[in-house]
Amino acid sequence: MEQTIAAISTPNGQGGMGVIRISGENALATAQEIFTSVSGKKVTEMKGYTASFGKISDNGEVIDEAVVLVFRAPHSYTGEDVVEISCHGGMYVTKKVLRAVFNHGAKPAQAGEFTKRAFLNGKMGLTEAESVMDIISAGGEQSARAALSTLEGSLRKRIQQVREILLNLAAHLSAWADYPEDEIPEIDEDELLTGLGKAEKELSDLLNTYDAGKIMREGVDTVIAGRPNVGKSTLMNLLSGCERSIVTNIPGTTRDIIEETVMLGDVPLRLSDTAGIRSTDDPVESIGVQRAKDRLSAAGLIFAVFDASMPLSNDDKELLDLLEGAPAVAIINKTDLDNKIDSEFIKSKVAHTVFISAKTGSGADILSKEVAEIVGTSKLDPSLGILANERQYHDAKNALESVSEAVNALRMGITFDAVTVVIEEAINSLLELTGERVTEAVVDKVFSRFCVGK
Amino acid sequence: MKFLAGEFDVAVVGAGHAGIEAGLAAARLGCKTGVFTINMDAVGNCPCNPSIGGTAKGHLVREIDALGGEMGKAADECFLQSRMLNRGKGPAVHSLRAQIDRRAYSTRMKHCLELQDNLELRQAEITDLVRSDDGAWLLTTRLEAQYKAKAVILATGTYLGGKIYVGDVSYESGPDGMFPSKYLPDALEKLGMSIRRFKTGTPARVLRSSIDFTDLEEQCGDDPVVPFSYDTTEPGENKVKCYVSWTNDNTKKVILDNISRSPMYSGKIEGVGPRYCPSIEDKIVRFSDKPRHQLFIEPCGLDTEEMYIQGMSSSLPEDVQLDFYHTIKGLEHCIVMRPAYAIEYFCADPIQMNSTLEFRDFPGLYGAGQFNGSSGYEEAAAQGLVAGINAALKIQNKEPMLLDRAGSYIGTLIDDLVTKGCNDPYRMMTSRSEYRLILRQDNADTRLTPTGRKVGLVTDERWEKFCRKQEKIQAELKRIRKTVLSPSEELNAILREKNTSEVKTGVHLIDLLKRPELDYETLTSVDVTRTETDRNVLEQVEIEIKYEGYIQRQLIIVEQVRRLESKRLPADIEYSKIDGLSLEAREKLGKVRPESIGQASRISGVSPADISVLVIYLSTLRHKPEDKV
Repeated sequence: MEQTIAAISTPNGQGGMGVIRISGENALATAQEIFTSVSGKKVTEMKGYTASFGKISDNGEVIDEAVVLVFRAPHSYTGEDVVEISCHGGMYVTKKVLRAVFNHGAKPAQAGEFTKRAFLNGKMGLTEAESVMDIISAGGEQSARAALSTLEGSLRKRIQQVREILLNLAAHLSAWADYPEDEIPEIDEDELLTGLGKAEKELSDLLNTYDAGKIMREGVDTVIAGRPNVGKSTLMNLLSGCERSIVTNIPGTTRDIIEETVMLGDVPLRLSDTAGIRSTDDPVESIGVQRAKDRLSAAGLIFAVFDASMPLSNDDKELLDLLEGAPAVAIINKTDLDNKIDSEFIKSKVAHTVFISAKTGSGADILSKEVAEIVGTSKLDPSLGILANERQYHDAKNALESVSEAVNALRMGITFDAVTVVIEEAINSLLELTGERVTEAVVDKVFSRFCVGK
Repeated sequence: MKFLAGEFDVAVVGAGHAGIEAGLAAARLGCKTGVFTINMDAVGNCPCNPSIGGTAKGHLVREIDALGGEMGKAADECFLQSRMLNRGKGPAVHSLRAQIDRRAYSTRMKHCLELQDNLELRQAEITDLVRSDDGAWLLTTRLEAQYKAKAVILATGTYLGGKIYVGDVSYESGPDGMFPSKYLPDALEKLGMSIRRFKTGTPARVLRSSIDFTDLEEQCGDDPVVPFSYDTTEPGENKVKCYVSWTNDNTKKVILDNISRSPMYSGKIEGVGPRYCPSIEDKIVRFSDKPRHQLFIEPCGLDTEEMYIQGMSSSLPEDVQLDFYHTIKGLEHCIVMRPAYAIEYFCADPIQMNSTLEFRDFPGLYGAGQFNGSSGYEEAAAQGLVAGINAALKIQNKEPMLLDRAGSYIGTLIDDLVTKGCNDPYRMMTSRSEYRLILRQDNADTRLTPTGRKVGLVTDERWEKFCRKQEKIQAELKRIRKTVLSPSEELNAILREKNTSEVKTGVHLIDLLKRPELDYETLTSVDVTRTETDRNVLEQVEIEIKYEGYIQRQLIIVEQVRRLESKRLPADIEYSKIDGLSLEAREKLGKVRPESIGQASRISGVSPADISVLVIYLSTLRHKPEDKV
């Protein structure tokens, strides 16, 4: 029998709720050791698909109030007995509960181990497992759609088209080599190059969708920059829908970098509100300013905020200089007040400029469109099939590399036997992508992708 | 009355191309070996085409030779015309083929068996095969003589339950009018072996003097001739020509008008024919838009006027055959000496075997050649050699010889057979190997002679020769890496002429040889420090250098795959009890019983998800503490 394993199943960090999942033969007994229900019912006596409310304690110390959910084998995610403890969120509490679980016999789950067990117990197939994983981690609607369409096979169809081209070439080359005395038509080098060129283009198009697809799944690091009191924190609050930064009209109120993940249209943004950029003598604030500048150069997306009600200051102009060539949106805020800013000057520096009022929320929809434009998700139609994960990306990239090598070999005048072999390599990479051929690496890679507890 | 006539370590049933190699290998490895043939005049017979080798088959012959087999030497001694096919298409697909003197080949092989120590050649039809109480096999002949053997190799070819079809006429027969093996199929079924019907066919032989060669295209052999065997130093010369002709609209009409009289189309033949070597009626029906089909007219030997009409096998009635052969240019008045026929026979499903070619359920029983579902003399000989070697090694309690896909076409052939099985007679092709650039016919010795030596089939003399050649290759590789040619006008003139960029500074010889446009020959005048003259050595160096990048790519894949191959699957896994496996995978895995994860991954119907389950299952086996009883 497998060991009983446990892990925190909710994402690391802040959250309203945390879930600790325990799976294995002793899952119920382990939970019973640390859980006292209000009703007095023991966890080991609970039926599958039932819940119980009570207290979690370890060594006599009460850790938290919690709801315990019981799944009986084989009707659970892993196919084993499973207990899910829902407690209050936050790393401190969830980790403490997890430690209590470990103290009573469960072992830490290895990366992907829950899914591995689910898989081994026949609860799901490999591609299914991968797609489920993508849906779980999908931050936005489009990403979920992309994950679903992998299941439906639009990526498969797209790959199969390329494979068809390559298979036809390889088959022709093989027949020509294996039946030298049959009347196999001579292979024209141009025909080969045309076919390979088509495959090359299709594969690079597919690869190009990956980054945008990845942004939809994983989000983009977004820095909100601007001199103090232009309304950065108000913007952040607008995007996140709640008060996070301390908003006052005293410049320099925000000193720490505050992070938050928000959805803007289909794109998850990992926002950080930074200290305003301005020359300062305040030592505490100047550290914050330097950190903000570093943050700018590393950002995937910059929201540069300007105050429409005031003329451009030197700090504003300095920021505009920093933005050149960067993936940035100039956000001219406070359009609800009188317009005194030289917006033409901003437009001449930053291609994407929007007018909003963070306070009233007007212009947020235009901001969303501009962002989709910059990160490339606007051009993405997930229903056409996009590469959903690193493994698929890796396989498509290998295939493209082989196809390009075949083209290169042909141009160099290498004999067709070697060209055929390289084309077959490309076919194999594509087969691997759609899961029709396997090497150990595929399996390993798939499992290493599954985070603990998912 | 039954009587015990003798005891053998290894008994081989059949003395065709598989039986010969099996018998010779076992005897040469020190086993007391008996080889049984239904007809002493049919040893090493070529009942179909009078040629050895061809695409991928030439590779097999080279590999058989590298391991210490006989076929290559015999083909070199009896060849009439030799050609290296696919020149210009790259070294991976160069394939040697020789027209041979059919009678001379058969006589030469029979004599070889007769002269072999530890080997007894017997004319007898084996009618029964049972397992005796002491674990040995007991063979009974038609004359009721009984032989005991520790291992039996079945190499029954088309004799096993053989039945010939010509139009609506059919009768029990082996090939070339020999007796069929009539009783053995029942004995095998009684053992519990699963056997099925396959069919193959052969074209007519016509009288040379009745052919009008005037307008036929001639085909001549290569000059110089490249031999099959690494032992052959004087390859000899071409002695005959072959001829090319074509079918035409009339041929097509005759065949289509009479197609209903073909036993294949009327459904009389149940056996499955080879996809890769279709009869002329098959070709005409399946590729109906093709206006004509090529055919080759090949001599069967020096002491005969029989000519083989390659590409025109048929099971149509004799009168139809005469009609369609007569429509062909050159054959208008030909006299058919032996009509074409189809032959149906029993064979075993090879997925019942391990990669040693031993039946999993019948220890000590091996299969080889057409009995295993393959087609072709070379495929047969390759399996015979492997079965013979492994039967001997098993009797001597030694480790089996396992050839993998990455090391040889023979390994590929056997892996395909025992893993995927075959639904029609299996023919080797270069495209069956994913490692073509490594498995070349030119380096078969490098790949396999060390294995042959370890097994014990490579003589001291041959081994010496092999080692010298390897040393020379290494020395020459070292020299071209070190040698720098100056940018002389002479060199640049050569480069200009060959349309490749000139050099301005000194250049390593190796870098010049890497260029597709250049080779040793073109550089002779500037490569003044070259002392090596052995063409085979220079050829090896040239290919290894020119294709280095591509060979490396293949080697990386080989490494990846070998890791999967090294994950052995226990023989007693109960696939039906592994929950994560699909139902199809459980069934297929249970049937094939793969020896490794690598082999399992090549079984059709076993998906990557199933393989993942197996990998994980294996790791849980390893981590699980021993169950206490």
